[in-house]
Amino acid sequence: MFNASLKQLSALLAQKKLSSTELTQSYLDRVARLNPGLNAFLSVDAERSLAQARAADERIAAGKAQPLTGIPVAHKDIFCARGWLTTCGSKMLANFVSPYDAHVVEQLNAAGAVILGKTNMDEFAMGSSSETGFRGPVRNPWDRTRVAGGSSGGSAAAVAARIAPVAIGTDTGGSIRQPAALTGICGLKPTYGVVSRYGMIAFASSLDQGGPMGKSAEDLALLLNVMAGFDARDSTSLERPAEDYARLLDAPLTGDHAKPLSGLRIGVPREYFGEGLSGDVAAAVEATLAQFEKLGATRIAISLPNSGLSVPAYYVIAPAEASSNLSRFDGVRYGYRAAEYGDLADMYRKTRAQGFGAEVKRRILIGTYVLSHGYYDAYYLKAQKIRRRIAQDFAAAYKHCDLILGPTSPSVAFGLGAKVSDPVQMYLIDIYTVAANLAGLPAMSIPCGFGEGGMPVGLQLVGDYFAEARMLQAAHQFQLATDWHLRQPAGTE
Amino acid sequence: MSLSLPEVKRIAWLARIEITDAEAGAAQGHLNDIFTLIEQMQSVDTEGVAPMAHGQDVVQRLREDRVTETDLHALYQGIAPQVEGGLYLVPKVIE
Repeated sequence: MFNASLKQLSALLAQKKLSSTELTQSYLDRVARLNPGLNAFLSVDAERSLAQARAADERIAAGKAQPLTGIPVAHKDIFCARGWLTTCGSKMLANFVSPYDAHVVEQLNAAGAVILGKTNMDEFAMGSSSETGFRGPVRNPWDRTRVAGGSSGGSAAAVAARIAPVAIGTDTGGSIRQPAALTGICGLKPTYGVVSRYGMIAFASSLDQGGPMGKSAEDLALLLNVMAGFDARDSTSLERPAEDYARLLDAPLTGDHAKPLSGLRIGVPREYFGEGLSGDVAAAVEATLAQFEKLGATRIAISLPNSGLSVPAYYVIAPAEASSNLSRFDGVRYGYRAAEYGDLADMYRKTRAQGFGAEVKRRILIGTYVLSHGYYDAYYLKAQKIRRRIAQDFAAAYKHCDLILGPTSPSVAFGLGAKVSDPVQMYLIDIYTVAANLAGLPAMSIPCGFGEGGMPVGLQLVGDYFAEARMLQAAHQFQLATDWHLRQPAGTE
Repeated sequence: MSLSLPEVKRIAWLARIEITDAEAGAAQGHLNDIFTLIEQMQSVDTEGVAPMAHGQDVVQRLREDRVTETDLHALYQGIAPQVEGGLYLVPKVIE
């Protein structure tokens, strides 16, 4: 059951072979048994989850089920859920019980899904290893001495260890894709504006995007169908007709069933295979390319000349927006307040010094500096111009190809503590992922093999705007022909 | 570019984060490493390139000018550190 797809679970629920209450309880039991070794969940609330499960069972009995009705979903602790502790991995929000639901949470609740619990993450989603949260690091289910990636590392580890059927995460610079890659699962960051940011605790508003995480492309499509949608409370939410992201999964591009991806042009950027890429990751991605060719796709050499500037530009834009967004945490309206202080300014300073961890403070300082008087043009404006050039690189590439393929991360999961004290080394891990956020393009990671130490390798697909269904189709067809996505870490049976 | 210790302290002051001398010293090293990475941006000519604020070419939506919010202040203030009579309490700012 714990390896079942969403479709299979829905069928079991529909046929009354299993109730949502039983399903939810068995996952809660699994969380209780396996989470202590992984630290993937920050909180569970069995009573609330089971109340939702019972409501789902009534709905199923009444014949009003939707595709996700009764399915437990793990939520990254960045999504506000009414009545749930929502900490964003920070001491600053250690006592924050959200008084309202994020749009994504409203959508999932309306579909009858069950909140299984809130997952661990880097503090305020600022990190690539899920080590900076105030409740300690997430451990990788494939090797507990290694990181699970970040910042949605708890959601990734939960799905990888089969303690959640699916999960939701957020991706500002790779925070869905990179942990998905490092834990051997799938994750998708939609086109900017497809999923509402309302109630998703803000990090960098022009880059943040929520998305689905799961075992297969098919599961991602079903989850994205519920997460996506216009929401007037997010000023950058896009008004578009509803889209069924699963509609192309089983629709071969041509009539040739032996080559279901015939006609698909896959762009391979030479900048993604250069210095810095580990040999084991390169080999796995290369083998995957060959598999895609076997399925009928054509490989096209492309160039994204400004790739090397994406990390520097990102580490100006994201901290700048973060420094502004995080100014709301001042100890006045919610969250932590220092125990002792003098005047108002002293209260702000002590509250923020004690409430934020080292990496969050570092990014606030970077952001404050690049936005300060006299430096705006040299940093923020310059980064926004480079951002345009990066987006133009992609636009030029999509004249020659349908999807861009490459590694998600330069190496497999590294050891706990290996990079957390060296910010620049940690930032460079984002080399292949941040460009899609800067350009606002959809991108996903799927497992494509194993590398050093038997650790999973992730393959990244980047699509043109609104190409999610096409990307999911390519990934699904690949997964029909391979079984990397079905591998489960030892010790999680 | 290299940030001095007084500059790091001034940035922390602007950001309303109390910082000890030891913390400022550690932050200085990390920030200078990070700005060395960021300075790579200066290697590319961006003359005439229009800055890009985000991925979609959209304009700010306007809504009808009418009250749509319900009064939830009791709910919201229920999680505040210090509240009295419907007001958030902070240290006195006017002598």
